[in-house]
Amino acid sequence: MALDPAYLEYPHRRHGYDHELYDWSCLHTRAPVRWPDGKTVAVWLCVSLEWFPIVPGGPFKAPGHMQTAYPDFRHYTARDYGNRVGVWRFLDAFAAAGVKASFATNAAIAERYPELIEAILADGHEIIAHSTDMNGTIDSSLSREAESALIGEAIARIVRAAGVRPSGWLSIARQQSWNTLDLLKEHGLAYCCDWVNDELPYRFRNGLVSLPLNHELSDRQIVAVQQKSAESWAESLTDAFDWLAGEGRAQGGAGRMLPVHLTPYIMGLPYRIDALERWLAAIAARDEAWFAPGNAIIAAWESHEQAQAEEAGRG
Amino acid sequence: MQEGAPDPDLYDYHPYRGRPKITWPGGKTVAVWVAPNLEYYEIDPPLHPSRKAWPTLHPSVVGFAHRDHSNRVSHWRMAEVMTKHGFPGSVSLSVALCQHHPEVVEDARARGWEFFSHGIYNTRYAYGMSEAQERAIIEDSIRTVMEATGQRIRGWLAPALTHTPRTLDLIAEYGFTYTCDLYHDDQVQEVKVRRGRLASIPYSLEVNDHYGFFVYNMSPREYAEALIRQYERLAAEGARSGTVMCIPLHAYLIGQPHRIGPFEQALRHIAADGRAWIARAGEIVDHWRAQTGGQG
Repeated sequence: MALDPAYLEYPHRRHGYDHELYDWSCLHTRAPVRWPDGKTVAVWLCVSLEWFPIVPGGPFKAPGHMQTAYPDFRHYTARDYGNRVGVWRFLDAFAAAGVKASFATNAAIAERYPELIEAILADGHEIIAHSTDMNGTIDSSLSREAESALIGEAIARIVRAAGVRPSGWLSIARQQSWNTLDLLKEHGLAYCCDWVNDELPYRFRNGLVSLPLNHELSDRQIVAVQQKSAESWAESLTDAFDWLAGEGRAQGGAGRMLPVHLTPYIMGLPYRIDALERWLAAIAARDEAWFAPGNAIIAAWESHEQAQAEEAGRG
Repeated sequence: MQEGAPDPDLYDYHPYRGRPKITWPGGKTVAVWVAPNLEYYEIDPPLHPSRKAWPTLHPSVVGFAHRDHSNRVSHWRMAEVMTKHGFPGSVSLSVALCQHHPEVVEDARARGWEFFSHGIYNTRYAYGMSEAQERAIIEDSIRTVMEATGQRIRGWLAPALTHTPRTLDLIAEYGFTYTCDLYHDDQVQEVKVRRGRLASIPYSLEVNDHYGFFVYNMSPREYAEALIRQYERLAAEGARSGTVMCIPLHAYLIGQPHRIGPFEQALRHIAADGRAWIARAGEIVDHWRAQTGGQG
C-alpha cells in the first residue's frame, strides 16, 4: 500500500503563504496604528441581519437555516423574531450607550423591512452588504459569472431599498470562493470582513481591505455553538477588552480592535439582552474604548497606512 | 505494534498503584511541559483517500484564516506569557513552517524552546503511506528542523494524529526518544518497538485547548480552572511517584484575546506552587530514563 507519489510533493513550500491573496505580517512588529482621541481599543459592533427563506437553497446551507422537513415554522419564525423584536432591542441598547455599529444586511431585509433600515440609518449606523438572503451563500462551486451576478444583485438591491451604497461586505458564514476577493473589488467594495486571521485591518494584494470580524467572539459561537450563557459571553468580551487595552498601553498607546459580532435572534432575547446592555454600559465608560462602525475604523486605518507610506517615501 | 491484532501490543500493563518512585529534579512531584503546536495548514492541499482536510470546498476561509491567526498574531501573545512565567515550549512543529514562516520558528528557537515533528503539514496525513513514504517524511523532518534551528529532533506527534502500523518502530530506528501519540498514562512509559527504545511522554487530548474549547465547550475561565485542577491532582499524586502534566496548545485558540488572560492565571498558579518541575519534553524523558533504565 502506498499513497500517490504526488501526495508527498509540496509545490507551494516556500517563504510566505501557499496562496497569492495577501502577504504575511506580524501584528506585534507593525508600526502602531493610532485611533482618534488617543483611544486604544476600537470596539466594532457588527450585527447580522438575516432573512432565511423557508425553502433552503444555495451552494451550502447557511448556519441557522431550516432544519426540519418542510415547512419548518419553528426555525423560520425563530430567526425572523430577530428582525421583528431582537434588533429593536439592539437599537435601543446602542442608543442608550451612545454607540454606533455596523449592520451586515441581507438585501432581502432592506426590501422587506424598510422601517428597520430607516431606523438604523436615522441612528447613524453603517450598512454592510451581506448577500441577497440566507440562500445567497458562496463557495467554489459557483461559476465566476454566477458569483459576480450574486454580488452585483446584493449590492444593487440594497442600494435601491436603503438608498445608501455599502463599502463593506460580509459573506454568509464568512465563506468565499477563489474569485470572491477580486469580485468584491470589481463591484466597487472597499473592504470585507470574512478573514479572521488578524486583529487589525490589512490590505489584500488586490487592494481590497480586510476588516477581520473575529468569529470566536461572536454570540453565535459562544452562545449558540458553545452553549454558554449571555453572562459568560459578557465575561469573555470583557476579558478580551482588558487584554487588548493592556497591549495597547504596553505598546505606548497602539491601537487594537475588538470585533463584537451580534445576532438579533441570539443576543436579542428577553433573558439575554440585559447582559448585552450591561456590557455596553461598562465598556462605553472605559477611557480606552472607541466604539466605531467598520467604515470609520477603515478610514482611521487608511490614514495611518498613508502616513506610513509617506514616511517610507521620505526615508 | 502487532498489525491487525486486536491488542496492538504497544506497551505492557503497569497498575498505577505500587509503581517505582520517580523523582524529578529538586524534589518536584510533577513535571509540567507546555506543547505549543506551531502549524501550517495548506489552503488547498491534495485530497487524501481517507480524510478530507477541510469541511468545505477550498478555500475554507474560516478554517484557514483561524489557523493563520497563530502565525500573524497569537503565537507571540502566547509565547510572551509563557516566557514571562518561566515556561519553555516543546514545539509540535509542522516542519514546513520553517519554509513558510521562519519568523515564527526563529522566535521559538530564540526563546530556548525544543522542537519535535508534527509532520510536514497538518494537512498531509500518514494513513496509507508506504514504508518508503513514511521514511521520507521522517527524514524530511529531521533535515528541515536541523537546518532551521540546529536541533536534532527527538520526538514525534503524528501529523493531525495520523499513523501507520510502522510509525513507532520507524521513529525508534531513527533515534527518536519519545512519542506524544499515546494517551494511556500520567507517567512516562516504555513503548514496545522492534529495535531500540522509545518512551511515551504524556501529551494530552483531555486538557488540550482544542478539546477544552471545541469538544467540552469550556469558557476561557473554565479551561484555566480545568488546568489548575489537573495540575493540583497530578502534583499531589506525584509525591508517590513523579507524574507528568502536559499543556498542549494552539496559539490561534489560547492566544485569542478573551482566553489569554485566564490562561496566564493558570500559568501563574502553577509557577508559584513550588511542586512543579517546569521542563521540556526531552529533559523529562531523559530524567525518567536515567532513573528507570528503561524498566519503568
